[in-house]
Amino acid sequence: MAIDHGKLKTVSLTVPVTTEDLKDIEIGTIVYLNGVVYTAREGIYKKVLEGGEQLPAHLAEISNANFHCSPAASQNADGTFNIGAMTGTASFRFSKWLEKWFKVSGAKIIIGKGGMTSEDYKKYFVPNGAIYLTTVGYGTGALLGRGIKSIKDVHWYDELGVAQAMWMVNVENFGPFIADSDLAGNSLFERENEKVKAGIDKLYEGTRAPALRRYGETNDRGDEVI
Amino acid sequence: MIQVPIIKETALTLMDKAAIDIPDDYLTGLQKAADTEEGDLSSFVLNAMLENYQAAKEDRRAMCADTGVPRWYVKMGNEAQISGGPVALEEALRGATAEATTGVPLRPNRVHPLWRTDHNNNVGLNAPEIEYSFEPDADWIDITTVHKGGLFGSDYRMLFPGDGIEGIKRFFLDCLVAFGKRGLACQPAIIGVGLGGSKDITMVLGKQAACLRTVGDRNPDPKVAELEMELKELGNSIGMGAMGFVGKSMVIDCHIECGFTHTGGMPMSVHAFCLSSRRAVARIHRDGRVEYRTDPNWFTPYMRRETIGWQSTTASLKQSV
Ligand code: SF4
Repeated sequence: MAIDHGKLKTVSLTVPVTTEDLKDIEIGTIVYLNGVVYTAREGIYKKVLEGGEQLPAHLAEISNANFHCSPAASQNADGTFNIGAMTGTASFRFSKWLEKWFKVSGAKIIIGKGGMTSEDYKKYFVPNGAIYLTTVGYGTGALLGRGIKSIKDVHWYDELGVAQAMWMVNVENFGPFIADSDLAGNSLFERENEKVKAGIDKLYEGTRAPALRRYGETNDRGDEVI
Repeated sequence: MIQVPIIKETALTLMDKAAIDIPDDYLTGLQKAADTEEGDLSSFVLNAMLENYQAAKEDRRAMCADTGVPRWYVKMGNEAQISGGPVALEEALRGATAEATTGVPLRPNRVHPLWRTDHNNNVGLNAPEIEYSFEPDADWIDITTVHKGGLFGSDYRMLFPGDGIEGIKRFFLDCLVAFGKRGLACQPAIIGVGLGGSKDITMVLGKQAACLRTVGDRNPDPKVAELEMELKELGNSIGMGAMGFVGKSMVIDCHIECGFTHTGGMPMSVHAFCLSSRRAVARIHRDGRVEYRTDPNWFTPYMRRETIGWQSTTASLKQSV
């Protein structure tokens, strides 16, 4: 990989991972994955957690890395699939399903865009010995596409379509990702928000609130929209 | 007469180019940002993105798997004629969108808002959008496709004249900070600002300013141009960079477009054209020649006209002879 990592710590993991494997991951560590990764987002969560449908047998033994994403993929005439690129989608919307999901799936790595709150990490991730990896940029779809060596399986394709189906892919040097959380449930994004907050407060000093307020609007610059 | 099969073929090529090849103006802007960024995490992100564009080009794969919501902008020369007329043109653009979705491949992102019905081809009710503009003294048509990310990074607010430039700056900051945290808007971006118009036009102008003007382009009104530079600097002084990490690269460029508005108001919109600033343009000439480029050249003097009529340049040329 030709990306300049600077002084950032870089780790390569093989999926399925154990909690032990994740011990050395600090927030801000650059991570690459090998093995099998699967996609699951609202379509799958609803089916399995609300509709009671069964996950593929022995899922956690095949993979325990759940990617919040959909591929840019299409079906060939012979029924095989062609995946071009892969990019994470924002994970904060999926937090309400995670508690149950960890139980039924045995996931230890959640990958997506933008992380979740440290509150979610402490409530759902820490008890399950799991961490969150965020995609980079977030547009590194082509790099991630390159890391996919083959499609192992697709579940619920006919019912859910390309975007929501469960894609299981064999990956090699799949990344880069950045660890947003560690096993203690700290969040890199929240640490960075805290660092930029002082500068933001200063920028706003002396500016006036608009004449017409918005209902429910706050002026707390530490707030987030997720 | 411009033949529809040529339009369809050109549109297919445009879909491919937009999804895969990052436009040079944005790439150069991002490279500059990468050269000066000091935050270690932000720098890493920018370097990864530069590597990503390279991988997309080499492998001919989409640069971002969220291939956005493809849409079309058509600029028709006043003298241009299309076989089959505008109906055939729209059918060709819709057809090309569908075919490119499996061809590139793109992600079939478009679904019904309530029933989540997915045609698996990015075509549906009111999708893809097709917007039109016209150009005097021309017999070509310019077709632009833009694949903009669809979820975060745009907002609207009714400001009032009393809020002044300070109010504009404050709302600009609000948007950048709100969507900049965790990098929801995938910055550094080209930020488009719409000022004035009615609410719908405020949004349209801001979006077009973000998606249809290239990095380095300035508004012809010198005071607006100055404000563009000021806002760009303001955005880059938040102390935030890519993904919301500590850094200084938020805005690759800022473009403002204005429209006359209600005398009591100063509505404003902000749009972020993300790290995958995807646009591709082609001019189809009357004789079927096709030229590709990445600058839509959408905001022509005719588009920005301020009075009732428009003096045709050829007519005035003729007069002056
Ligand atoms: S905002 Fe742009 S770069 Fe980010 S995920 Fe969406 S399309 Fe990709």
